Amino acid sequence: MTKVIQVENLSKAYRLGEIGTGTISKDLERFWARMRGKEDPFLKIGEVNDRTIKGGSDVVLSLKDINFEIEKGDAVGIIGRNGAGKSTLLKILSRVTAPTTGSVKIKGRIASLLEVGTGFHPELTGKENIFLNGAILGMRKAEIKRKFDEIVDFSGVDRYIDTPVKRYSSGMYVRLAFAVAAYLESEILIVDEVLAVGDAEFQKKCLGKMGDISQGQGRTVLFVSHNMGAIKKLCNQAIILDKGSIYSKGNTSDGITAYTQLQNINKAINYSNNDPGKKFREVTIEDNKGRLKSDFSFDENVNVRLKFEVGQRDLNAAMGIKILDDLERCIFTSEKKVGEIVKHAGESTAVITIPREMLSPGHYRVTFGMHVPNVEIIEVITDVLHFEILETGTDFYQFSGADMGCVFVNCDWKIL
Amino acid sequence: MHNLAEEWDIEITSRNNLFDLKLKDVWHYRDLLALLVRRDFVAFYKQTILGPLWFFIQPLFTTIIYTFVFGNLANISADGLPKPLFYLAGITAWNYFADCLTKTSTVFTANSGLFEKVYFPRLIVPLSIVVSNLIRFAVQMLLFVVMMFAYYLKGASFHPNAYLLLFPLLLLLMAMLGLGLGMIISALTTKYRDLSFLITFGVQLMMYLTTVIYPLSTVKQKYPTYEWLVEYNPMTSIIECFRYGFLGQGTFTMVSLAITTAITVLILLIGIIVFNRVEKNFVDTV
Repeated sequence: MTKVIQVENLSKAYRLGEIGTGTISKDLERFWARMRGKEDPFLKIGEVNDRTIKGGSDVVLSLKDINFEIEKGDAVGIIGRNGAGKSTLLKILSRVTAPTTGSVKIKGRIASLLEVGTGFHPELTGKENIFLNGAILGMRKAEIKRKFDEIVDFSGVDRYIDTPVKRYSSGMYVRLAFAVAAYLESEILIVDEVLAVGDAEFQKKCLGKMGDISQGQGRTVLFVSHNMGAIKKLCNQAIILDKGSIYSKGNTSDGITAYTQLQNINKAINYSNNDPGKKFREVTIEDNKGRLKSDFSFDENVNVRLKFEVGQRDLNAAMGIKILDDLERCIFTSEKKVGEIVKHAGESTAVITIPREMLSPGHYRVTFGMHVPNVEIIEVITDVLHFEILETGTDFYQFSGADMGCVFVNCDWKIL
Repeated sequence: MHNLAEEWDIEITSRNNLFDLKLKDVWHYRDLLALLVRRDFVAFYKQTILGPLWFFIQPLFTTIIYTFVFGNLANISADGLPKPLFYLAGITAWNYFADCLTKTSTVFTANSGLFEKVYFPRLIVPLSIVVSNLIRFAVQMLLFVVMMFAYYLKGASFHPNAYLLLFPLLLLLMAMLGLGLGMIISALTTKYRDLSFLITFGVQLMMYLTTVIYPLSTVKQKYPTYEWLVEYNPMTSIIECFRYGFLGQGTFTMVSLAITTAITVLILLIGIIVFNRVEKNFVDTV
């Protein structure tokens, strides 16, 4: 296999805060330091980029010492939280900005789609914009001419091709823009989350086209997305970025697993209350192996572990768990008579399992309650914990944005 | 390293060779240049009634006002030429230079949306500005020639001569000078926004140091001690030569023109170098 991209010791520093005020004096200071052969006094390498912690220096490293290689024909997904350095990496690879240290070596033509429709001018017609946009992306005029019919065909805006794009609906605009990019003849294609726009049908078409590019034509694709489903479908390699460094690199499914684990670090994943009078003592969420987590993939069981203490008279009461979604809609409730699960007063622990492949990807909250039906509410703890079901290749992935409901039901379909 | 033999097409590092002007890259993107010029032109006249006529209106009115204020009220000499012709010659040439300069100086700030998203040799954009302005300049030259013809019919005295042949060179010099200065300023404005305020009125002030509303001969006569200030301004010998070629009046020598050429080439080189340096990282500061 041949390497097409080689990244060595790549770092990128950004200055925080206001840029502009006092720059002349700082520039002079910097210049003076360089004249004496010293280091830039304002560039303190070593500070990790974590947006949640306020650092001392106003220079942060958005990327820190990144090394990787990409081979020809690979489709590589780049995954990471907001601020992990994904966009910076893409910007450097597409030569929009230069690294602070380190180097990237690239073999072949590279085209990047950090945005669809870059350089579209509202006053120009669809046709004129195809040529302009194509040229901005590096195509020669003759090349665009050759592919013009295919591009128009793919975009499906045939009828409006001689209308200024300012009269287009936003959907048509995106279709046209993506179509131009899809016909780029570059050996390497870099795609940022541009697929987050457009309707489901068109998204599917784009994903299909990208699949063709990487698998059919043997070109190299770098793809950044939050849509794990799309990444799983399209990419054979995944790079996980965390705080500017590479957290893991390898095949896609391992990468996605690593990412879900990474998501759990630093999140509140347990609730405890040791007041004497309280019934509910401790709540945690864990996976089948007993690891505390807050992010689960769609095909994982979610186990809610509850430690509680009941008195003799509570044995007649009922205890329930309620799952709500982000909009505070109740998704479902599960209830048990206390007396049915514990035989005597005292402390016990219960594990409530929410079966896998049931909750559709999204954010959920957990509420517990204990009551004697129609008589009294003994204790309610609302919103104790949150957990997330991640999109990891379900049937939903191609329809991001569409409401597929909260619960996935595998109904029985019989042909009569 | 063991993979010395490997060949890479693109290398991205923090710094590249200062004198790598990337002209090969620019050549590859020449179609983009043409399309940008076309875009500018189409976008300019879309949804206007008068369209390209606007190109005439500005120099015409400026000429009328200059003739009235500087020619008649202040009674500044016009080297013995018909006053409107004298001013129009200066305005036409100066406008081309000034347009190139002001437009180029905002390249980074005006196009940041584009530059943040996709790579192409940034030099294409200032070049497209210079070429776009050429269309405007051609229209204004047409106006100038028509005026010359009208005055010729009226029997006014002016004498076009062989120095007309220098016209392409003068045009090139103006474009290079506007481009070079504009690029230097554009590179600096990415960091120091103050310069963008300076530019509009700086260009205006610079016009008064150039022989647009007065001839160099008058300065030499009246202020012999300060005359160098005007004479060493590269635009002066360009405009004087321009007037001499078309109208037969103007003060310049081949030496002054040669000096102007040298200065212009130097400024353009500095401009390209500074521009190429800034383009790598300006996205982070704009």
